[in-house]
Amino acid sequence: MRKLLLTSLLKRSMTEPPPVDDAAMNAELLARLDAVSRERLGRSLSIRQVDAGSCNGCELEIHALGNVYYDLERFGLRFVASPRHADVLLVTGPVTHNMREALERTYRATPDPKWVVAVGDCGFDGGVFAGSYACTGGVSAVLPVDLHIRGCPPSPTALLQGLIALVEHSAARR
Amino acid sequence: MSLASALLDEYASAGTQQPWPRVVVDADGWRRIVATLAGHAATLISLWCDGSAVHLSLYEENARPIVVSLDCPDGRYPSVGLSHPPALRLERAIADLYGVVAEDLPDNRPWLDHGRWGVRRPLRDCAPDAATGDAYAFLTAEGPPMHQIPVGPVHAGIIEPGHFRFTAHGETVVRLEERLGYVHKGVEALMKGVPSARAAAIAARVSGDSTVAYSLAFSLAVESALRVQAPPRAVWLRAIMAELERLANHFGDIGAICNDAAFPLMQAHCAALRERALRCADGCFGHRLMMDRITPGGVAQDLDDKGVALLRGLVIDVRKHFPKLIGLYENTASLQDRTVATGTLDATLAAAFGAGGYVGRASGRTFDARKNPAYAPYDDLAFKAPTRDRGDVDARVWIRIEEVDQSLLLIEQCLGRMPSGPVRIGLDGGSREGDAMEGVALVEGFRGDIFAWVRLAENGTIAHCHLRDPSWFQWPLLEKAIEGNIVADFPLCNKSFNCSYSGHDL
Repeated sequence: MRKLLLTSLLKRSMTEPPPVDDAAMNAELLARLDAVSRERLGRSLSIRQVDAGSCNGCELEIHALGNVYYDLERFGLRFVASPRHADVLLVTGPVTHNMREALERTYRATPDPKWVVAVGDCGFDGGVFAGSYACTGGVSAVLPVDLHIRGCPPSPTALLQGLIALVEHSAARR
Repeated sequence: MSLASALLDEYASAGTQQPWPRVVVDADGWRRIVATLAGHAATLISLWCDGSAVHLSLYEENARPIVVSLDCPDGRYPSVGLSHPPALRLERAIADLYGVVAEDLPDNRPWLDHGRWGVRRPLRDCAPDAATGDAYAFLTAEGPPMHQIPVGPVHAGIIEPGHFRFTAHGETVVRLEERLGYVHKGVEALMKGVPSARAAAIAARVSGDSTVAYSLAFSLAVESALRVQAPPRAVWLRAIMAELERLANHFGDIGAICNDAAFPLMQAHCAALRERALRCADGCFGHRLMMDRITPGGVAQDLDDKGVALLRGLVIDVRKHFPKLIGLYENTASLQDRTVATGTLDATLAAAFGAGGYVGRASGRTFDARKNPAYAPYDDLAFKAPTRDRGDVDARVWIRIEEVDQSLLLIEQCLGRMPSGPVRIGLDGGSREGDAMEGVALVEGFRGDIFAWVRLAENGTIAHCHLRDPSWFQWPLLEKAIEGNIVADFPLCNKSFNCSYSGHDL
């Protein structure tokens, strides 16, 4: 273990630069994100993820945001265990009727100001599950949605871009 | 003589199903089958309903699997779950969806139906309902010092929703009861009457972590029903995708299990390996999870030289880094202290439930659908299905570790021996006999064997599709494995099983 830790210390970090193609835009985005999040949220945006009927594909990619390649926390974004600690609800799935109440309760348990991000094609409009007797057909059928991140599932890069955009959006709204 | 051949002698075969036979039995025959299952002389693969009949699939050692059907015009059939508990939840689900009831079912609480759909029996008559939500009577555990801990459906981590009701005596779990169905999306109803391409997209989203395995099971069943075969090159490409999916999931699981034992270093390294596997998949097949890459008739995309190089690179990469992590797992006493002798699943129970995947193989089962009943190209490849018999969290980790090695060998063999040629065929060429046509498939996903049964209508659309996730038989075993463990070890045990919620809830 010591050897492995030592190698990790000496080796270059595997974490990649933020996911924007243009270097100038990249720098600008980062600067803006930094300023906005610092000003509005003290550089901390806490995210509570809620699976409201997803196939688990979106969860896998949301999980990947925590790996060394994407390293979500360097942007001041982090996942929390309770909605009471959250600023953002990251909701996946076509919102099944069986999950609807749990989602609504989670929303009510989240303190204001709060934002709802619907992840995936299912979260957008129910995706391939639209029209089912068991689904409401997307997050906006149940909660006010601030941002949709489409994709089936969206890649971690798309998720990062969306979440970075959200920080700006929330600043503009207030 | 095996039960299957006795049934084939005695009862009329419904001659349209491929590749396993299907026989239509009477109530007496059905009871005999139930007795055989209860006596552990055969293993239940699945139990399902199409509205007018119930079907049961089983296999015996050294015999071909078989499907048996019982017409139930009055909406009742002799219960399997009464004497063979693995069928219990399947029977409760059939009652919820079809209103077809197992006689004397010992547990008639609704399972998937939480009273929130606005309809009852959605696959029979869609009777309108107020959707006010049903109360659910959890099983009790009695005695003065007990307390209950309700968990979920919204969990603390980034995982799927379900409810766990613990009854604990101090720190020790006396009873765990699961309540699932929260992510029920109505998959069977959505597949009815749609073209197979549309249904394939739904099948690929039954359980996102097993999208390749589901697409493969569904495609094989459709191809069997149509009496067509995917081109040879597609068969090998499918195996590469399946092994890549297995690798990615095993890396994720090994890391996550260690993380639940408060050892995030393993998680960090395993997650990096998983990411590299996903990027390789993206580079080879155009999608990180390889969703919709396997379709009825073949695969969506051929593998080019760049992809071959990526795969070879991944194999080298994993062989270089993974052994160090295995060493770390083996030699960290604090980690071993958590995983060894925790969440032990008894071999008899694993066998009775036909537990698939690492859950079964860590508790002495040898079953692997790639070996038996086997399907191409695995019948032509050299690999081992590792087994252990201690049945604890540690054994389930080791099965995964050893399977990583086997998957690398399989990918290498596939790359070396894959023929050239087309990668898909059109499905219009499939022969039709005017009758409804049926196909079955059993595919080894990373989590265990996935069963698919498809009945095609004359016009080629899906008349009925039943998909059975391995989790149906693993979830009940988790309830047993956690008994007598401390509450704090539940996440660890749960992750070592890693059952699917979405695949189970459908």
